[in-house]
Amino acid sequence: MSVAQIFFYLFSAVMIGSAVMVIVARNPVHSVLFLILAFVNAAGLFLLMGAEFLAMILIVVYVGAVAVLFLFVVMMLDVDFAELKQGFAKHLPLGIILGLILFIELAMVIGTYLVSPDATHSIPTLDPSVSNTEALGRVLYTDYIYYFQTAGLVLLVAMIGAIVLTLHHRTNVKRQNIAAQVARTKETAMDVRKVAPGQGL
Amino acid sequence: MADDIASYGWALALGITILKSLLLLVALLVFVAFILLADRKIWAAVQLRRGPNVVGPFGLFQSFADLLKFILKEPTIPAGANKGVFLLAPLVTATLALAAWAVLPVMDGWAIANINVGVLYIFAISSLGVYGVIMGGWASNSKYPFLGALRSAAQMVSYEVSIGFVVITVLLCVGSLNLSDVVNAQRGNYGMFSWFWLPLFPMFVIFFISALAETNRPPFDLVEAESELVAGFMVEYGSTPYMMFMLGEYVAIVTMCALTTILFLGGWLPPFDVAPFTWVPGVVWFVIKTCLVFFMFSMVKAFVPRYRYDQLMRLGWKVFLPISLFMVVAVAGVLQFTGWAPGH
Repeated sequence: MSVAQIFFYLFSAVMIGSAVMVIVARNPVHSVLFLILAFVNAAGLFLLMGAEFLAMILIVVYVGAVAVLFLFVVMMLDVDFAELKQGFAKHLPLGIILGLILFIELAMVIGTYLVSPDATHSIPTLDPSVSNTEALGRVLYTDYIYYFQTAGLVLLVAMIGAIVLTLHHRTNVKRQNIAAQVARTKETAMDVRKVAPGQGL
Repeated sequence: MADDIASYGWALALGITILKSLLLLVALLVFVAFILLADRKIWAAVQLRRGPNVVGPFGLFQSFADLLKFILKEPTIPAGANKGVFLLAPLVTATLALAAWAVLPVMDGWAIANINVGVLYIFAISSLGVYGVIMGGWASNSKYPFLGALRSAAQMVSYEVSIGFVVITVLLCVGSLNLSDVVNAQRGNYGMFSWFWLPLFPMFVIFFISALAETNRPPFDLVEAESELVAGFMVEYGSTPYMMFMLGEYVAIVTMCALTTILFLGGWLPPFDVAPFTWVPGVVWFVIKTCLVFFMFSMVKAFVPRYRYDQLMRLGWKVFLPISLFMVVAVAGVLQFTGWAPGH
């Protein structure tokens, strides 16, 4: 067994174990922490496959940004477990159906290898002389530029939507106007007056 | 390590890598011990105090005395704390901070792992640093630590965005994500004036300020603002767990200084490619430059008053983000139309 294989089984075992813990853990914050562990191990698996760029992006985007916000929300919410467990029996049939559909789809994808073992060869292989990042960049910004831009546009719309939904223009709030502050001069800010004794201004 | 495996077999290569890592770790920890002292001394000097001056000559062994004290004290865990996460948080902070050093080249070929995506690796590891803070703040089960954790999560995520754009402009000029290539790309005819700090000066400034915010240094230390949050996420910590937080924080600061050196100050390159400068080994230049950047870090701590939280957010999202985004486009445009882009 080579070193790469040892690491493959290590990452896979930890990933499956932590994925199970995401569902089993009683504390939602623990669930999110296990989810993060699963992400990190997925990044490790990507590394073993030679997809180092994807591995790092997975960590930067999912672990470094998405999961942080997730954790943020879960920590702020006070989740009532008794209430959550109440609807369990009612939603069980729907859950089983969804799980079954996912299982069948996975079985079909994996089953392809049994039906036609040549299917793996249809995946184009990388030119070994260029690095992973470069190879991705070459196709992403040339052949797939429209798909890439469309994906960006979808995200932009989602972002604007979130801003529009949460934005309130409150009028009675004092705001700091940095430009006005910086633009103040001695003349506009100060006023020297002679004050006669005993009279005041 | 791949070359070592080819020439020595993997058992010996593993031994060599472990030995290298240990050597780097020991050197780094000793460096951090003295940088901690330097931080306090510089801060004291600005305020016309003496700073630590009792342990050893000029207080040189102060950090080691602190270490002994932290280790020998009894760790306390609050009754309402989530014990596992409470103890995991400082470990996460310290481990992640040290893990970043796996890819930092201190001299030509002197990196534990000279990987192709070195910059991204550093970026990924530094974006994970926020977890130690959030976990510590939440697991303490108390108000101030939780507030500190929430602040830091928002702060570190915000400033990572501008750090990312700054790194992208540097990468555009280099054409590679490998940190050794970044340094070698700065070798030019004009010595220190070929390094990226001059052509990319606005990005250098943005990176420096964002690095301060990313490592929770003053003036952006709202995470532990003592006047309002007592000590932020560290309130409930003491003894060894607290030391792990401190260690992680200072290692992260040294990492950011080293990264500034690599991205903008030419890494291990001498300031001028002439005789007396080239005699000095590259690693010495690297350490000198890192110390110089750290000196700027601690001077900022001594001079600048703490930002208000909304000012911090304004600076990150309304000033740095547009400027750095514009600079990415401008630099890419200039490189494309002048033909200076690193070709293949």
